[in-house]
Amino acid sequence: MSTEHSVPHFLKPLLETPFHARARALSQHDSYVPWAGYTTVDVFTSAEQEYFAIRNASTLYDITPMVKYRVAGPDAERYLNHLVTRDVRKLRVGRVSYVVWCNDDGHIIDDGTLFRLGPNDFRVCTAERQLDWLLDSAIGFDVVVEEVTEDIAALSMQGPTSCYILKRFGLEGIETLKPFELRDFTVRGGTIMVSRTGFTGDLGYELWMHPEHALTTWDELMSAGQTRGLRAIGSQALNMARIEAGFLMPNVDFVSAEHTVRIGRDRTPLELGLGWLVEFDKPHYTGRRALLAQQRRGLSRLLVGIDVEGNKPAHNALLYRDRDGNHEVGSVMSALWSPTCKRNLALAIIDAPHHAMGSTVWADIYLNRELVWERRMVAARVVERPFFAPDRRRLTPPADR
Amino acid sequence: MAATAKRHDVIVVGAGHNGLVAACYLARAGLDVLVVERNDYIGGAAVSRQLYEDFTYSNCSYVCSLLRPEIMRTLELPRYGLQIIPYDGGCTMMRDGNHLALYDNHDALRREIARHSKRDAEAYDRYSRDVIRQCKFIRPLLLREPPDPTSFKPRDITELLYIGQRFHRMGEERMYDTLRFWTMSAADFLDEYFESEIVKAHFAGSSIIGTALGPRSPGSAYVLLHHYMGDIDETVGAWGFARGGMGSVTASLTKSLQASGGAVRTGAPVERILVRNGRSCGVALASGEEIGAKIVVSNMDVKRTFLDSMDAEHLPEDFVKAVRRFKIRGSSGKLNIALDGLPTFPAIPKGSPAIRGDLHITDTIEMMERAYDDWKDGRWSQAPYVDMLMPSQIDPTMAADGKHYMSVFVQYCPYELADGPWTDAKRAAFGETVVQAIERQSPDFRSLIRHMEVRTPWDIEREVGLTEGNIFQGELTMDQLLFNRPVPGYAQYRTPVKGLYLSGSSTHPGGGVMGAPGANCARRVLADLGRSA
Amino acid sequence: MATPSSNQYDVIVIGAGHNGLVCAATLARAGRSVLVVEAADQVGGMAVTREFAPGYRVSSGAHLLHQMPLALMRELNLSGHGLEFAATSLATTALGDEGTGLALACGGTPGAGWTARDAAAWPAWQGRLARFARLLHTLLAAPPPRLGTEAWTDKVALAKVGLRLRLLGRRDMREFLRIVGMNAYDLLEDEFESSLLKGALGLDAVLGTNFGPRAPGTVLTLLYRLAAESAAGPMPLALPRGGLGALSLALARAATAAGAAIRTASPVERILVADDRATGVVLASGETIGAGRVVSSADVKTTFLKLLGPEHLDTGFVRRVDHVRTSGLAAKLHLALDRLPGFRGTAPAALGGRLVVSPSLDYLERAFNPSKYGEWPSSPALEITLPTVSDPSLAPAGHHVLSAIVQYAPYAPKAGWAAEKRPFLEAILARLEAYAPGLRNSIVASELSTPEDLEREFRVPGGHWHHGDLAFDQFYMVRPVPGASQYATPLQGLYLCGASCHPGGGVMGLAGLNAARRMLDAGDTP
Repeated sequence: MSTEHSVPHFLKPLLETPFHARARALSQHDSYVPWAGYTTVDVFTSAEQEYFAIRNASTLYDITPMVKYRVAGPDAERYLNHLVTRDVRKLRVGRVSYVVWCNDDGHIIDDGTLFRLGPNDFRVCTAERQLDWLLDSAIGFDVVVEEVTEDIAALSMQGPTSCYILKRFGLEGIETLKPFELRDFTVRGGTIMVSRTGFTGDLGYELWMHPEHALTTWDELMSAGQTRGLRAIGSQALNMARIEAGFLMPNVDFVSAEHTVRIGRDRTPLELGLGWLVEFDKPHYTGRRALLAQQRRGLSRLLVGIDVEGNKPAHNALLYRDRDGNHEVGSVMSALWSPTCKRNLALAIIDAPHHAMGSTVWADIYLNRELVWERRMVAARVVERPFFAPDRRRLTPPADR
Repeated sequence: MAATAKRHDVIVVGAGHNGLVAACYLARAGLDVLVVERNDYIGGAAVSRQLYEDFTYSNCSYVCSLLRPEIMRTLELPRYGLQIIPYDGGCTMMRDGNHLALYDNHDALRREIARHSKRDAEAYDRYSRDVIRQCKFIRPLLLREPPDPTSFKPRDITELLYIGQRFHRMGEERMYDTLRFWTMSAADFLDEYFESEIVKAHFAGSSIIGTALGPRSPGSAYVLLHHYMGDIDETVGAWGFARGGMGSVTASLTKSLQASGGAVRTGAPVERILVRNGRSCGVALASGEEIGAKIVVSNMDVKRTFLDSMDAEHLPEDFVKAVRRFKIRGSSGKLNIALDGLPTFPAIPKGSPAIRGDLHITDTIEMMERAYDDWKDGRWSQAPYVDMLMPSQIDPTMAADGKHYMSVFVQYCPYELADGPWTDAKRAAFGETVVQAIERQSPDFRSLIRHMEVRTPWDIEREVGLTEGNIFQGELTMDQLLFNRPVPGYAQYRTPVKGLYLSGSSTHPGGGVMGAPGANCARRVLADLGRSA
Repeated sequence: MATPSSNQYDVIVIGAGHNGLVCAATLARAGRSVLVVEAADQVGGMAVTREFAPGYRVSSGAHLLHQMPLALMRELNLSGHGLEFAATSLATTALGDEGTGLALACGGTPGAGWTARDAAAWPAWQGRLARFARLLHTLLAAPPPRLGTEAWTDKVALAKVGLRLRLLGRRDMREFLRIVGMNAYDLLEDEFESSLLKGALGLDAVLGTNFGPRAPGTVLTLLYRLAAESAAGPMPLALPRGGLGALSLALARAATAAGAAIRTASPVERILVADDRATGVVLASGETIGAGRVVSSADVKTTFLKLLGPEHLDTGFVRRVDHVRTSGLAAKLHLALDRLPGFRGTAPAALGGRLVVSPSLDYLERAFNPSKYGEWPSSPALEITLPTVSDPSLAPAGHHVLSAIVQYAPYAPKAGWAAEKRPFLEAILARLEAYAPGLRNSIVASELSTPEDLEREFRVPGGHWHHGDLAFDQFYMVRPVPGASQYATPLQGLYLCGASCHPGGGVMGLAGLNAARRMLDAGDTP
């Protein structure tokens, strides 16, 4: 770990990840953003260039700040099955699952990835800290829940050449790892856990290691990927890719029900279009009764993908039923001109019945053009998600490029 | 009536902050307002006093936390010199040399709390969320008149419905949370969030300041929201030091009043509020001078107003009985100290901004509760809860360069001691108890003291005129809040005497340097006169 | 009456305490097939009579009956089922330090030891409190409404509460709204001058709670007690012949007569769940019994966290259950005596009544202080009865039993009860000796049940006789927890009927009655 950690928290509140020295060396803009108590790079060189490396070559993104919990004990499976909306009994050892968990009202608290490391041994990775909720959920279960964020350094390697680079790096047999599988690899005397997961909707892997291996792993990955366009990316580029892939971002697309202050700001997974994660044919879990009732009642609003006319991203736009802008029906959460799809995309929460596939709503977009604000009312159509889903994300073994 | 005096539209008795706020609103509405103040300085309990060399003491109230932003804005207080400067966090020092600091930066705060409990560091977010939810519910009620639940008047019924609807809109779960929050003890409430004793003790501190309750007394939890009230206004600079001491609050109010044509007369103690034919008609000063007015607004507490400054014959018997049983209890003392330099506190790490905030010495809720037990038995707390601040670190006007003014608020200190009246010797012993408590955390503290003013509740009553020296002009317990404050049936700033109104903290919503009672009172007066504010 | 198939019932009631039995009897009388399963060898829960020393029997939990509605006892024909009273309408004597005493007749007519001023103030006080108690007692006898629902029943119930408040009239309504949140200390200080009187009334306000008289909310607990007594009808403070166990036996007979089956020594291991509803219970023996509905008179924590298990509940709800404050602060003292003790300044006739040691509000508050820190008071407050004065059957001829509630005994003293019990007992006996010189020499056997012992004996975590603190934040529509305060629980088919629920314990039976009515109204019959 870097020596700056000895600077007390009241002088330097944000931690640095074990990769920070390399990130700082590569960062041209000194553009950092806080993420779950760490300082992380927003942009290294140019968000566009970094974005295209995700879709065209390969990228390294430091995901150490992901909050990691170890969940272990005889009741670990039962506990997690009571926590999340998916059926954890179906998750085999060596597999990863995307999960959400809710409060009693079925309102989403967070989403994350669940790793099954052994029959009674799991890891939960989330964007935000959850210990309070996870421990209260453990009342009555024989299970240990502990935060291990600082014990594990992690990198996400995403892009069409990522499998090839990992092979060259020395991960023997990596090409046989299927989507949502995880496996331990021994490389140069150290163990790295690799999962075929990511937040880009593309071919990609996530590497989990002891912090003391962090810098050498970074260096060797970089040299293995030098001829295959590997570059470090910041969160801006990742955000572009994740919108194309249709993934949700906490505090952008929804607010955790553990943090909402105002009335009516909570969302259920059904409302967020995550109904495919919500299973009713499993033992009871928190929020099940509320979600079942909502499913029976029908949804009054839904998060959907929309394709917006023109090429100006509909950031923060309010959505209307008609062009006259008199009847508000929703708002845009995330928006992007997709460089790969050549479409003007957005994730929006829209009231019933206007969220039906193929419906048209009107987006009220404000543009600042040389300090003059202009307003555009443009049509937007509800379309299928994900917006971008190349076959290579699933292909096993993946191609080398 | 003596022919000398000019007749005013309104006389306000007492130039405390609420009296001045009421006077400002009334003067702005075009009324001829005179404020009479018994002391020869303005401010009541919001004063800046120079009692020693060029040190400025905020020798009663010491931080500006609750003054309503709406009032500051309407009365243009910034234009008349009010500046509020925020400070960063605070710190609770433990007897074992450890500490818990509060930092504004969320990540720094999380890591600080995590030193004591990782779980508590995260539970803190849930705690803040729940308290802020309650703040959001209560905030609009501060500047409204409490409805009389026994009344069938449209105004009262409309207001009851308004509160009912706000409550209803919260949704079922939050309504239950609200019912519990307003009735629980701070200790029980904090137990639902935190496991670490020091974390609980730190937050519990704000629940006992100025009250004759302990952290385990039911009804103490809601006071915790005061800490968040400033944040919730989403107006930066609502919580902090008034530049120049708390007297700048009342000084700016005075200027605002004068700009609207109102006036303040100091050194003019009121002997009696004059009543003729069931109507107030002015005041008689101790000097014998009588000043006539259509309306008298008393900013004194309810006991001072009705038991000391009026003839009981003008009041219904039941009302007098209710005033007598209104609980105004002295429970706090105050030390104001001029320091030769900044004392060192080994428990606070070097470089931490915590020393610029409010400093406390406590380990556990038990320690505070035991301090309360002492008070119940008529003793000052042997291990008191202290709330210390050295505003001169931030506000350069408070002391010369390198020198510091320290305000030490002490909970608990009784108005009456079990072993007889306060004496100089007892006051000194009380001060010594506090100095020793601070000295245990700061070895060089005593040697830096150049001057010290020790104020017991008895002193505060004598000097400021607050009954029992109670900073809220009455306990803030369930039986003395909302429509019960100060007297059921008289919670709407009116009194049994026509033309006589109350504007002090004895009325809704009470408490602290908030200004809301004064503003609400002025609105009531204007409505009764058929004028708009 | 429906005939149960071998091991399938309409309703299984967990626990044969008085609330479980009232619930079972009411359901059986409405034609449901009912089985009551009880962990102990006898019925009664905290209303039992137990031999604590050879030949000496005592009501080892509750020791007075004063809150069960007369109408309920008549409805269940308890006298027909063997309930007799050894004494009713007991008077109270407040014991003073200097051998003085103050007599408070049942229903409270001023008598010996009163000051003229207090006697003059008393009728108005009593009348006002009686009016407030009547207002509250209608609330006790019905399920609390839910807030914020669209259901008409809730809206009507809420409107009724508001209307009843209004019907008090402006003057009383104001006074009610003022004092309901107050502390007993201040209210009594405002009203009366005699320390003995204030101390005795203060004890009534705090008995069985976790508060001292200065705690806001103790006027509510005082009104609550009066409300329950007002609901009970014209016979408060009674001693059933044979102890409180006799009441439970009569309740059990009433239930069986209506067709309910009762099985003792049958602890429930688990509540069975299928398709997200309760379907029966599994006993510790492994036996499975099916039922359309299960109603638990066990406390809220045992029911949800042990018998049902958090896996069938939501985390937020479990969190609330976990936060319920269940620690008791009252201990129980039982003495076997070889003769009738004499209490200084107390006429022998008064010994058949209730004797209280709480000579002043400050005494009471000081008795409370140490309990906050896991310490016991050297001078505790006591509610004493000598049941053998009116019911000699409880002890050998000429001998007597003293039963006392000792306030305040912390649930978990810092040094542990193993070390603290003996010195605490000594302190209590020393206190008693001061009021009844010679008492110590007459002691044949003694037993002190600390909250920890009560927890073990009655299977109530914390040993609290209300299964959970009675305080504003655990009262009425938030009792025991939001989401289960109308006797139904988040799990279909599972109900609560114990003292955890509104309106609490105290051998009132209303929780059991309200729950049974709720179940019969619910139309949830499978």
